[in-house]
Formats: sequence, C-alpha cells, structure tokens
Amino acid sequence: MAMEMDSPKPFHVDVGNLLAFNPFHSFPSLPASRDELVKECLKEGSKLVQEVADSLFNLPSTEDVDGPLVKLPPTTTKLPREKHLPKPKPPTKWEEFAKKKGIKKRKKDKVVWDEQTGTWKRRFGYDRVNDDKDIPIIEAKMTDEPGVDPFAKRQDDKKKRVEKQEKNRLQNLKQAAKIGALPSHVQLAATALPITGTQAPPKKVTKDELGNVAGMAATSTASGGKFDRKLPGEKPAKKQGKHRKFLPVVEGSGIGSREKEQTESVLNKLISKHSHEILNVNKAVTMYNVKKEKKARSKRNQEGKSSSTTNKLKPKKQLHKKTGQKKGGAGSSKKGKAK
Amino acid sequence: MMKIKTPRSGRVRRALEKRAPKLVETGKKTLILQGTKTSGTLNEVLSEIYHLKKGGAVRFTRKNDNIRPFESGGETSLEFFSLKTDCSIFVYGSHSKKRPNNLVLGRMYDHHVYDLVEVGVENFKSIESFTYDKKMAPRVGSKPFVAFVGEGFENVDELKHLKEVLLDLLRGEVVENINLAGLDRAYVCTAISSNKVYLTHCALRLKKSGSVVPRMELVEVGPSMDLVVRRHRLPNEGLRKEAMKTAKDQPKKKIKNVSSDAIEGTIGKIYIPDQKVGDVALPNKAKGVKRERREAKKKEANERASKKQKEESE
Repeated sequence: MAMEMDSPKPFHVDVGNLLAFNPFHSFPSLPASRDELVKECLKEGSKLVQEVADSLFNLPSTEDVDGPLVKLPPTTTKLPREKHLPKPKPPTKWEEFAKKKGIKKRKKDKVVWDEQTGTWKRRFGYDRVNDDKDIPIIEAKMTDEPGVDPFAKRQDDKKKRVEKQEKNRLQNLKQAAKIGALPSHVQLAATALPITGTQAPPKKVTKDELGNVAGMAATSTASGGKFDRKLPGEKPAKKQGKHRKFLPVVEGSGIGSREKEQTESVLNKLISKHSHEILNVNKAVTMYNVKKEKKARSKRNQEGKSSSTTNKLKPKKQLHKKTGQKKGGAGSSKKGKAK
Repeated sequence: MMKIKTPRSGRVRRALEKRAPKLVETGKKTLILQGTKTSGTLNEVLSEIYHLKKGGAVRFTRKNDNIRPFESGGETSLEFFSLKTDCSIFVYGSHSKKRPNNLVLGRMYDHHVYDLVEVGVENFKSIESFTYDKKMAPRVGSKPFVAFVGEGFENVDELKHLKEVLLDLLRGEVVENINLAGLDRAYVCTAISSNKVYLTHCALRLKKSGSVVPRMELVEVGPSMDLVVRRHRLPNEGLRKEAMKTAKDQPKKKIKNVSSDAIEGTIGKIYIPDQKVGDVALPNKAKGVKRERREAKKKEANERASKKQKEESE
C-alpha cells in the first residue's frame, strides 16, 4: 500500500474554522479491508488535527474559570451568507434637515422641575410637567374668536400634531421600505383596497357568510338548489331544499296555540274585525286638514265677496260631496266606529 | 392607506431581531426532513445527524411528497419551511430503487435554494455500534475540528462542492473566543476515490506532550458512512457573487473619552468628579486624629489672631 505524500506537508489550515485540508494525499490503490482504510483515514486525520492544534494552542490565551480562553483569528475560507447584507437605514426627513442646519440632539432628563408645584416631575407619562388638564385658566388674547373653547382647542391642536407626526413617520418608513431597509420589527400593511367606484369602503364579509352565499341564492330557485351545478370543492348548503316551516301536529288549544293564532290573524284581515287597526291614520288626518283648509278658504272668500250674506244662506254643497266620497273609502274616524 | 405594525411585546420583538439579516453571521440552522419513502438506515442517518447538531437543527418526521429539490417546482415547500423555521441548510433524505439511501444537502440564500449536492449513503455505522470509553464522549454543541484529506477535494468539481457544503454543515457556531478545554470532537472526511468520501466523527483525546500543545488522539465514536456523490447543482454566478459579498470590516466601536491624534497618538480624557471633602466620613475616631484637629484649630486661631493684629496695626 504505497502512499504518496508531500514531504514538506503544506496543509491548508484555517484556524478560525478549526479546519485543516490536506490536498496532497491520495489512495493509489484502495486498501484491501475496511479496517485498514479506516485506520489510514484516522491517521491522516489526526495529523491534520495536530497541525491545527499546534497553531491554536500557540495563540495568546487568557485564563478563565473553565479553562484557557483563546481569541480565534477570523476565518479564511469564504462561505456564502445565508441572508442578504442589511442595508443601512436611510436618514429620515428630520435627520436630513437637522444635518443641513447643524442641529444637534440634546440629551433630555427624565425629570423636569415644575414651577407650579415646586417639585421634580416626569417629562412624560403619569403626573407629568406640562399636562393639559392641569391648566386652570387660559387668558384670552385679542386674536381669539368669541365662540371657541380654548381648552378644547388645545386638545385639538395636540391631536393634529400627533396625527401629523404619525403621517411623517409612515412616510419615512415607506421611504425606507422602498430601498429595502425597513427595520426588522416593523411591517407595513395595507389596510384597505384602493377606492375605485363608490366612496364607501367594501364591507367585511365573514368566512361563514361567504360560504353560505351560494346556498342562500339556491333557495330562490324552484327546486331549492338541488340541481345546480356545483364547483369542485364546494360544500353542500347547510339547509338544503326549500325553507318551509310546518306547525306541530299535536299542540294544546289554549291561548298560545299557534294554529289558532294563524287562522285568527287571516280571518281578522278579511273581515276587518279590529277596524281601528285598519284605520289609515295619515289619510284620515290629511282629509281632515284639507277639509279644514277649504272651509277656511271659503270663509275668507265669502267675507271678501259679500259681508252681508251669512254662511248659513249659502248652499252647503261641499259637505254632501265629501260624505259621499267618505262612504266608499276605508272608513273614517267618525263614522266607522259604530258597530 | 398603510398601517404600521410593530410587535406589542418585547419577546416578539427580540425574536424578530434574531431572524433579521446581520452584518456578521454566526452559524446556520439545519432543517432535517424526509421524502415519501425512507429506509431503516436512512432514518438512523437522519436522526444521528440531528443528534450531532442538536442545538441548531430542526427535525421534521412526517413524509413530504411534494418536495423534489432538483426539479424546478419542487422547491417551494422547502423554501416555505426554511422561512418559517429560519433554517438555511437542509438535509433531505429519501429512498428509491434508482437512488437508494439518498441524501440531498442544500443551502439557502434569503430562503431561496442556493445550491444542492445529492449523495448516497453506504456502509453506515451508527453511534451504538462503536465501543469506546464513555467518559470521552463529546458534549453537545462543542466546536469540532474538521479535517479533509485527499487530492480529490481539490481536483474534482463535485468533491470541491461537497467539501464546501460539508464544512458549512459540520462546523458549529462561528465564535470569536473558544475555550481550549472544551475541544473534544473532530470530523474526518477522506476522499477515497473520485466520487466517494468517507466521513467519520471522532472524539479527541488530548495527551500530555512535551510542549504547550497536547498530542491529539482520535477515537472513532460517532456515525461513519461512505458518501457517494450522485448529482449536484452549483449556484448561478450572479447569486454566488451576491452571497459571497462580505461587509467591509467595521471601524472599531468608538471607545468613550479616547481619541487619537496624529502627532501625540492616543489621547484619553479622565473626568474626575468633585471631591466632597466635607461629607466624607472619617474612618476612625482615634485619639491621635482628634489631637491633630485640636492642634490644627489652635494653629488656625493663632493665624487669625495674628492676621487681625496685622490689620489693626495697618
């Protein structure tokens, strides 16, 4: 089993990876038995490992609790990355402005001296320094309009400022997302589809509702959707066939019996038993009002035309006409009640 | 209309930041899964690879019919799993008559398939079949030595690719400092022929030798197998260039109060806070101290008296 090896042994050693590579070894003829092969491989392997260990143990080490700690040199073998290189965050609009103007960030304290109470209060949060609700009096200025509530105005102003800030923040993040440098914990999600036709946003339909829509439409067909062509994967409707409700066969005949109620309501509608329910109040009211108006008009006319002749001498034509019409109608409030 | 979604709890934020791309990468997680049919040996191989990489590996035990790494459409499931488990190397095992005991080792870049190597496993010996002194057994998660032997790894394309993939798979976490007492395992890969590699896992025994460097002795403990290279797919050139990009070395983190000058070299500023001499408690009330103070007071009084006299006289 003649093996060829380079006498000066230039192995490729990468201490950063604890890697050693011997590119000069070869098996001109495979060893006869497996054991021999294994032994040969182990021998070569141990030589390489020894080589790495030589360089490793000669590195400067610091003493630690568990043992000597060694700082590994950076690796020399190049391996592909698993994720792309992170892009640096682009400066926000404020940061660009600040750089141009030379504005430097100033470190703020967590507590601020409050003149009003004479204590140190938080800058923000519970019980803070310049809280809106702590202002007792706002002096009126010449520029103030009379009907405006200054406290409400302050709150509105603050809300507007907060909204503006949120809008700016969103714009900054969108800009970062455009170049692919969105911070890892932030996600931008579209909340609504772009508005195309009507201004109303599309109503959110639940999953169950969507599943039932086809079934609901099926009941409007004559056969209750039994012979409709179904799409592959479509589940059968929950309530198949026509939706019909039948009364129970056996039931008490007291006040609550449904069959009695059913027949009673039908009959009442036909015979108009409870005619006060049948009264069309709106129509009656308009009729009464019209009558009254005409009466008033005629009175004025009569007064205008001839003051001497009284109403009593004038023929009462209108009353007759009106009563004739009223009989044919659904019934009036005065006449219909007697029964 | 866009909405900004940020995690509401610190735990979720930390998990997201762990998965974010980093400038310097530390070790890839491995995904071990299987195809429609596996053999007994293949099951053992997969579970032992999982044991070897316990800290940074995910094992799926169900069969996946729709994964075919070498076909164009059969990678979507793999990419989805890689995205969800945040794994960038996968080991996919399957068994068929044409390719018995097949292992596909693959890597991902940005959760898309980067390159693949298909090997067949022969002459597999599991951990149980080795007898050794149990005290030497390597511990989980220790950084291994990796040794490649053979000119095949240099000359044959497929073996060169396999060497790269095996290095990526077998090396542990990329660390800056390492404890020399914790070195206890080594992987030896020998190129037996132009398409066969003998891979074995050994425990290290450090023996006393004359110098600082101990003598290394390898004892076979772990699984050993013959890998026969069947197919492989190299990454396309553009993708390879992008994946090999490294960030330029960052300027060292700025140390506070230290600045460097061209002429004078490194300059440091030391800020000494005001000493509150009056507030410092005296350590001992020894009689001698009291006497000193008495004498000092007397001296002061004399000085003041003399000053007053001077003023009066002037």
